[in-house]
Amino acid sequence: MLLQRFLIRLLTMAITLFGVAVVVFVVIRVAPGDPIAMMLPPGASDADIARLRALYGLDKTIVQQFFIWLGGVVRGDFGTSISLRQDVLGLVFNRLPATLELATVALLMAVAIGGSAAILGARERGTAVEAGIDIASGTALSIPDFLWGLVLILLFGVLIPVFDISGRVSPQLDLPFVTQFYLVESMLRLRFDLTWDLLKHMLMPAVALALPLAAIIAQLLKQSLKEVLDLDYVVLARVKGFSETQVILREALKNAALPTLTLVGVQFTFLIGGTVIVERLFSYEGLGNMAIDAVINRDLPLIQGIVLVFALLFVLINLAVDMMYALLNPRLRHG
Amino acid sequence: MSAACLDIRSLSAVLPNGQRVLRSVSLSVQPGEVRALVGESGAGKTMIGKAVLGVLPPSVRIAEGDMLLEGEDLGQLQPKARRTLIGARTALIPQDPLTALNPSRRIGPQMTDRLVRILGWSDERADNRIRQLLDEVQIRDPERVLKSYPHELSGGMRQRVLIAAAFAAEPRLIVADEPTTALDVTVQKQILRLIAQLQRDHGTAILFVTHDLGVVAKISQRVSVLYAGKVVEEAETAALFAAPQHPYTRALMAATPRYTDPLASLRPVDDAVLAGLAAEIAAADQAWRRPHG
Ligand SMILES: Nc1ncnc2c1ncn2[C@@H]1O[C@H](COP(=O)(O)OP(=O)(O)O)[C@@H](O)[C@H]1O
Ligand SMILES: [Mg+2]
Repeated sequence: MLLQRFLIRLLTMAITLFGVAVVVFVVIRVAPGDPIAMMLPPGASDADIARLRALYGLDKTIVQQFFIWLGGVVRGDFGTSISLRQDVLGLVFNRLPATLELATVALLMAVAIGGSAAILGARERGTAVEAGIDIASGTALSIPDFLWGLVLILLFGVLIPVFDISGRVSPQLDLPFVTQFYLVESMLRLRFDLTWDLLKHMLMPAVALALPLAAIIAQLLKQSLKEVLDLDYVVLARVKGFSETQVILREALKNAALPTLTLVGVQFTFLIGGTVIVERLFSYEGLGNMAIDAVINRDLPLIQGIVLVFALLFVLINLAVDMMYALLNPRLRHG
Repeated sequence: MSAACLDIRSLSAVLPNGQRVLRSVSLSVQPGEVRALVGESGAGKTMIGKAVLGVLPPSVRIAEGDMLLEGEDLGQLQPKARRTLIGARTALIPQDPLTALNPSRRIGPQMTDRLVRILGWSDERADNRIRQLLDEVQIRDPERVLKSYPHELSGGMRQRVLIAAAFAAEPRLIVADEPTTALDVTVQKQILRLIAQLQRDHGTAILFVTHDLGVVAKISQRVSVLYAGKVVEEAETAALFAAPQHPYTRALMAATPRYTDPLASLRPVDDAVLAGLAAEIAAADQAWRRPHG
């Protein structure tokens, strides 16, 4: 029964990814702009252009191209980047860890900020504190992540320059890393000086990405906490002598978090989408930054590879959310 | 005379629009006594219980009156001290066992948390105590029940669990808010008998809220009749049934020929009685408004 559900799930994921691959493949080929024309100097002959086309397989029909590409993907070969002349998979995996670390830090920030605001607002419901939280979250939500990025650059990069606003790590530092998960590895190696440097670089892009999500969490979790706080079992806990804070943390939070969790999952995929522009703003060397270069250069294999990896991430996040939901909800666990 | 277990003196509660939901309610519960509070739905019975336990909804404000728990004036205490006192000396048997247990926590910790976290008992002592109480409410497989989530138990089982938890810390006062109303008719009698049994064994005072005069007759020594937030009559239970004084009480009794008749409560109270009640309440509000309005 459980295995069956798992297999169905796996099949849906595969179909989703296939759909994404088809759509991207077609759209970037139909959109204007020729990668070959951008590679060659202005005076190149028609013969040169034709030769390069054939080299990258662009002389075949879209359907033929797709199945050639798909055949490669199935074997783990995502092709060669036209602009960087390197293996696409290698490029993507080289950049992915930076984006994952940034997105994870942003998510943790959003949960911490939004969660605390929700708990405080629920505890102080009906007071000026709650009203203040509503105003703050309304503001945070009405400004998109890349505008927060600009605001932060102006504030802390230009007016009060206390944080690094560019790059992933200070260039003069010697990096002992063997993986691209710099943040994780710096902590494992107990090189907290490097951890600190990485975090200082990450802080502003992460805050820019986190603020809108924090606001959503604050609003949604607060609302659902307030609903739970009127329920009978919460009243009973108050009669037992528990304080309002204890009541929220012990009785209400877990149940109130369930409806919030699904939405946070969806919003987290938006956050990852947001890394594309925010990484660019802060010259952060992640996958999103590379995606913009790939689009500018009409680097078709690289765009395909990056989009597919993003799609895979989204699908995995949805899966993780479903599993956490089941884990938190005893009814589903035993049903 | 020793202090009453609970003494409510002229308690009024108002809604934000100024309307009174409790109208100068006075009532006391003596140590070890079962005091019934009877009235139709919406009369304010739950509100009185919540006022005593300090869990009124935020929109309801206490406008006058005192509540003394074993001689201690609850209104004079700091919030934390009041909360702790209520947690230590009182307990609630709620109306609906389906919503009164946290769906995401196992039964065991929900039963012991007050003993351990508020009263400071050791885990082992609390566990032993809870098992003893589960035995008293005739739960034969405590192991399974303690490990269960609420949705895995029937309504009757959950109410037994809640009753056991209420008696576990030997509270002086239990507020039982229509503890059988949400249950199947067949289970109602068992649960009522259980509460009566545990009440006798433990000598706990109970403020027993019900809309059912049949239940009043079975379980209580004294009774207050509530209408629209006002106590219209109070008497020894036997005396009330022998010679009801207030027309409303007589009307309620006439409308409840046998407590097993499910349609009884649907029979309307006489128009003349209602008109008399309306006048009585208007006069009370008039008198109250002069100093308070
Ligand atoms: N949260 C609340 N806010 C405002 N009024 C309420 C609230 N809860 C109940 N009331 C009103 O208070 C009155 C008494 O309600 P309640 O004590 O629940 O009655 P009972 O328990 O006797 O059926 C009713 O008129 C009801 O509409
Ligand atoms: Mg009620």
